[in-house]
Amino acid sequence: MSSQDVHRAHPSPTDVRWSGVSVDLGTHRVVHDLDLHVPQGSWVTIIGPNGAGKTTLLGSLAGTVPYHGTIDIGSHDGASIGHRERSRLLAVVPQHPVIPAGLSVFDYALLGRSPHQGMRFSASADDHRRAAATLDRLDLADFAGRPVESLSGGERQRVVLARALVQDAPVLVLDEPTSFLDLGHQMEVLELIAELRVERCLTVVCTLHDLTVAGQFADQIAILDSGRLVEHGTPEGILTPELISRHWGVDVRTEVHDDSTVSVSVRRRSH
Amino acid sequence: MTTTYPRHRSNTRLGPLWLLAGLGAVLVAAVVGVTTGPVSIPVGQVSRELLDRLPLIELESSLSASEKAIVWDIRAPRVALGLLVGALLAGSGAAYQGVFRNPLADPYLLGIAAGAGLGATIAIVTELPDVVAVIDPVPLAAFVGALAAVTTAGTLSVRRGRAGSPTTLILAGVAVANFFTAIQTFVQQQNSETLQQIFAWILGRLSTAGWGEVRLLLPYAVLCTIGMLLSVGALDVLSVGDEEAATLGLRPRTIRRLVLVVASLAAAAAVAVSGLIGFVGLVVPHAVRLVAGASHRRVLPLSLLFGAAFLTLADVAARTIQAPAELPIGVITAFIGAPFFLVILRRQLTA
Repeated sequence: MSSQDVHRAHPSPTDVRWSGVSVDLGTHRVVHDLDLHVPQGSWVTIIGPNGAGKTTLLGSLAGTVPYHGTIDIGSHDGASIGHRERSRLLAVVPQHPVIPAGLSVFDYALLGRSPHQGMRFSASADDHRRAAATLDRLDLADFAGRPVESLSGGERQRVVLARALVQDAPVLVLDEPTSFLDLGHQMEVLELIAELRVERCLTVVCTLHDLTVAGQFADQIAILDSGRLVEHGTPEGILTPELISRHWGVDVRTEVHDDSTVSVSVRRRSH
Repeated sequence: MTTTYPRHRSNTRLGPLWLLAGLGAVLVAAVVGVTTGPVSIPVGQVSRELLDRLPLIELESSLSASEKAIVWDIRAPRVALGLLVGALLAGSGAAYQGVFRNPLADPYLLGIAAGAGLGATIAIVTELPDVVAVIDPVPLAAFVGALAAVTTAGTLSVRRGRAGSPTTLILAGVAVANFFTAIQTFVQQQNSETLQQIFAWILGRLSTAGWGEVRLLLPYAVLCTIGMLLSVGALDVLSVGDEEAATLGLRPRTIRRLVLVVASLAAAAAVAVSGLIGFVGLVVPHAVRLVAGASHRRVLPLSLLFGAAFLTLADVAARTIQAPAELPIGVITAFIGAPFFLVILRRQLTA
């Protein structure tokens, strides 16, 4: 494969569909009979109060949580797909990534090529090129030789994102990609994902707990409350003061912008 | 378009310099091991003698017949055994630390030491007859005991065909080790006349009678070394934890099982012929990691090489410090290993 292909060869867009999915943790049902379709190339953000089952829902897609029902990833059945095949379709950015001690940014990003490697997981020259190109694209070239653990929160989040992008999977799954980041870095990371999504035709499935930014980075918003998908639609239709008050119990003011994105600001309850 | 990325270099490959350093250490240890002893034989003559044994090379050896016998029948097998045992213990230590992602893991974590101890104790107190004329029953019993313990721990942590978490496995190992040690202590108490023999075995030693032990160990050493070296890439992926490794296309539990089988076999084989030599499996991989970085692509092969060199040199110390008496090699590995490790650790802290 020539070096030009590094910038071209992205896999074909893929959609994701949950059909009648339930998840039990022990005897407790944490996701109830859920249907959700994420069309190819779209960005769906799942929001909901703490403990609503957002991370579990992503886990069912990522293959780390057993479920009842059907999950389709493109034309593949999520229940019967192999580890390796799934990892070529889905790249996951976990909420709390494990950062191995002493590993450099470059080597960490290179781990993203694992799904495309043989049983010995040896990186090819092409793997190196792809990792390098992605680090450059994310302005991480200057950090390439540094240990990941020495980076700040915002830089680290970009490095974890880099590893996921190096996977070259058509679906990007992000679990709270902005937790622990200040507002400036939150916007930076989300704007980066938005750009890359267009560049690479990615399907983005994301959870966010911060309502102030959720409405600006999604085609569709789904509200998960107590394991049930209670609302689903455009940001404009979902992020209304009434619905937010119903599920979060807070008073908010919303502002719909010209491009149909929504900003949410919170008001202290009167007393 | 050809772009070069000067800063983009992988830091996980085993470079030729590292490899040379490791091989050099093995060579130095081997030469020191063969030349050191009550009869002093100069390095030059020993190397002549060694080279002479290689095919296509003929050198006039100036060693007398008895000196040749000392080199070939006494010292060389012992050095070879030290190299093999050291490599296997350090290599399996590195593998255990990798699969459990825990720097405190060592090859004895899942009950291998307790199982081998029980096996050896039973063989000693019952004075088992030689099964085959060449095989001493003690290593055989220790090997069987070690594998029995680690298999029990592994089996107990599986439920409905599904492997348990690393924690379940470690706890199963702790329980099995305690159970086996209890039986071993009981058997030992009932047979106090063999106490010294049992203790000598438990403290570890590298005594050989010719090449028999080396021949016993060699097939396991070759197989396990290949197995461990094949797993280094998977261990690096596993370093991000089970869940993330799974999203990167790895089957964490399957890989953990496979690596543990190979590493346990290596440790059991080493323990069978050498007794319980502590510290090597813990300290050598650590020292390597501190100096060469955390990637298993470096840690595992270098642990094999430096473990081999370390144990051989420790054995030289064990048989010379109080010559003609021999110190238990386990005492030496801890006595040299602990301060050596602290020096590296402190240097790392101040760097």
